[in-house]
Amino acid sequence: MKTGISVFVATFVALGASWCGFVLAPLLQLGGAKQTVVLQTTDNWPLQRTGAATLGLQVYRANGCAACHTELVRQTGVAFEVLLTSAGNNPAAVSNLISNLKLAGLTKEEADDANAKITAIGGKVETRLTATGADIARGWGLRQSVAADYLYDQPVQLGSLRAGPDLANIGVRAPDLNWQLLHLYAPKAVNPNSTMPSFKFLFEVRKIGNAPAPDALHLPKEFAAADGYEIVPKPEAIELAAYLLSLKANQPLYEAPFSPVTAAK
Amino acid sequence: MNPTENKTSCESEINDSLRVPLLALFGGAALWLVGGLLLGLIAGIKFHAPDFLGGCPLFTYGRVAPAANDLLLYGFCIPAALGVMLWIFARLSQSPLALPLVPVVAAHLWHLGVFIGTAGILLGGSTGHLWLEYPRAAAVLLFAAFLLIAVSAAATFGWRQEKSLYPSHWFLFAALLWFPWIYSTANLFLNAHQLPRGVVQPIICWWFASNLIFVWLGLVGVGIAFYFLPKFSGRPLASSGYALLGFLSLVFFGTWCGIPPGAPVPAWLPALSGVAALLTIIPLLAILIVAVKTVCGASVSCNGGPFCFIKIGMISFIVAGGLYIAAACPQYSRVLEFTWFGAAQVQLQLLGFTAMILFGAIYFLLPQVMGRPLPLAKFTKLHFFLSVAGALLLVVPLVAAGIVQGEKLADASVAFADANSAALKFLRISTLGQLALLAGSLLFAANIFAMTIQWKLGIARTVIDYIKSPLATAKTSEVKS
Repeated sequence: MKTGISVFVATFVALGASWCGFVLAPLLQLGGAKQTVVLQTTDNWPLQRTGAATLGLQVYRANGCAACHTELVRQTGVAFEVLLTSAGNNPAAVSNLISNLKLAGLTKEEADDANAKITAIGGKVETRLTATGADIARGWGLRQSVAADYLYDQPVQLGSLRAGPDLANIGVRAPDLNWQLLHLYAPKAVNPNSTMPSFKFLFEVRKIGNAPAPDALHLPKEFAAADGYEIVPKPEAIELAAYLLSLKANQPLYEAPFSPVTAAK
Repeated sequence: MNPTENKTSCESEINDSLRVPLLALFGGAALWLVGGLLLGLIAGIKFHAPDFLGGCPLFTYGRVAPAANDLLLYGFCIPAALGVMLWIFARLSQSPLALPLVPVVAAHLWHLGVFIGTAGILLGGSTGHLWLEYPRAAAVLLFAAFLLIAVSAAATFGWRQEKSLYPSHWFLFAALLWFPWIYSTANLFLNAHQLPRGVVQPIICWWFASNLIFVWLGLVGVGIAFYFLPKFSGRPLASSGYALLGFLSLVFFGTWCGIPPGAPVPAWLPALSGVAALLTIIPLLAILIVAVKTVCGASVSCNGGPFCFIKIGMISFIVAGGLYIAAACPQYSRVLEFTWFGAAQVQLQLLGFTAMILFGAIYFLLPQVMGRPLPLAKFTKLHFFLSVAGALLLVVPLVAAGIVQGEKLADASVAFADANSAALKFLRISTLGQLALLAGSLLFAANIFAMTIQWKLGIARTVIDYIKSPLATAKTSEVKS
């Protein structure tokens, strides 16, 4: 490193290489990504969010929700489970057999093995695939988040810290609009342990007119407005709640398969 | 010190040329440091009382926290580092700063950009990308300001009297090229009207943030330390072979870091990034060897002065790098990901490493450049102890919070609220660290501003004397006639 030129070249090559690797290559590999198909259906995934939810993404961005919440579920692997769908002609033998068999948390071979044993004596079974991992066990999702889930988001806000729970599936886990609004206004009203700040500024305190407004919040007494007043969500609050309700990563995809729960019924 | 750097007659010329640009860069930086730590404190208080300042959207946690972090990085670390870099370039070149007006303009543009960016975040205009939150107007200003300063630094380098290159040159010269490249790439893709599709956005953002916080700050901090450590210990930088290894491995491996292991992206990205992060042990060790060999055995007491700051800064660099590598190990990364551990690492990199090195450098060079001692010299020792105590009290609890939180989150039988409250205990301790750091930053700002005021008063006095003196001669001549 005797001359400025050699320092320049070393720097240029080093940064240029990682630029090609981590900027150019992902753009080429993923920049043209299109909708994919939900496993074993012809449904497209993901769907464009609704208008209100698209606006709500901007409320989420502006208020920095991603400072405390992630929007991605991780998984460590998959496990198989074997479900008996019909005991066949010899229920006693089948019942006897399955009481001695391990039927959940299996590898593919174990599942096939159990499948073969039960089918041999006339029972009918179904093999189901489930994702594993702490995030999944926590009920934060049915499968890991994959690149396709974020196709339409501008900006994508994966988050880097879980000071609050993951939100990748909050639309599945808490599908009630009123719950969402209540939680935004007074987190402690629905979850006494919550450390989330209140987003009071997304709501309006209004004097009740002739009759209470239809979208006024129904708050517990200690959080309610003064007598004669009501708490009404501003448009931003409705949009943010719509966005939260639109957060669903619950369809099996080629790169993140699982057996949908409905198939077990 | 650099053996070829001799005291020459142009010393006063060098100092004259640097005075105004450095005061402009450091003054604003000191202000933003105080502002950043203050906003950080507000964010920290939210963990004691979530509804503190809750009615005001400006101060909601999700706006205050990124604004505070960006103020520390863009408001303090970068402009202060640029000031020190200009000084080092002029000193090593043995020539006055080239185009000295350009960095003055640039400093004001930069500070304007930081102001607009911070206001933008607080008003809800954040881009939503981590470490790239500043809205477009601010980003354009910062980019232009950086280019102007780089032009001045490059011109000083090009017109140098002393032709040989010193290890600090490699690091600082690389940093001058690094920032415009990563900042323009990140902003052109992520601060545009139409963003790239899906997860390409976070990938580019991780690449940018890691190149800025890990590589750029590393280059600058180590480059500055490699200038000052020999100067303080009174002997040449040990082993420029290891220094070269440290430099090359830092730019070649460090630049591939940053993609988190659990990211929902094609698996080759986090895998490559993880390997690169483990390989950064090489620059870390090489730089450690150079620093230890240079300093060890030299009988120089640091006594709370600039040398202390730089030593602690280098220790923090090694520890922060160690934390980074630990978090990249596959068996730990799953647990530490999405916890306070990451925040601890970044805060150590910003406040323990970069800021410490910069404080030491500024306390050393400012009296030289201004030609007068620090006006509140006693504050530096107190500032040193507050900074060390603050950094420890901030980072150690955050590391502990991250580990506890990560272990509890990895066990699905522990309720989320329990994992959260376990981390909360430590977070509350870290508020003490924030308070100590804030107090220290006030002492630093007091010194910078007292110096500026003294200097301005000095100029005013000279001007007044100048105005008075011809009058006096005129009067005497009148009397004579």
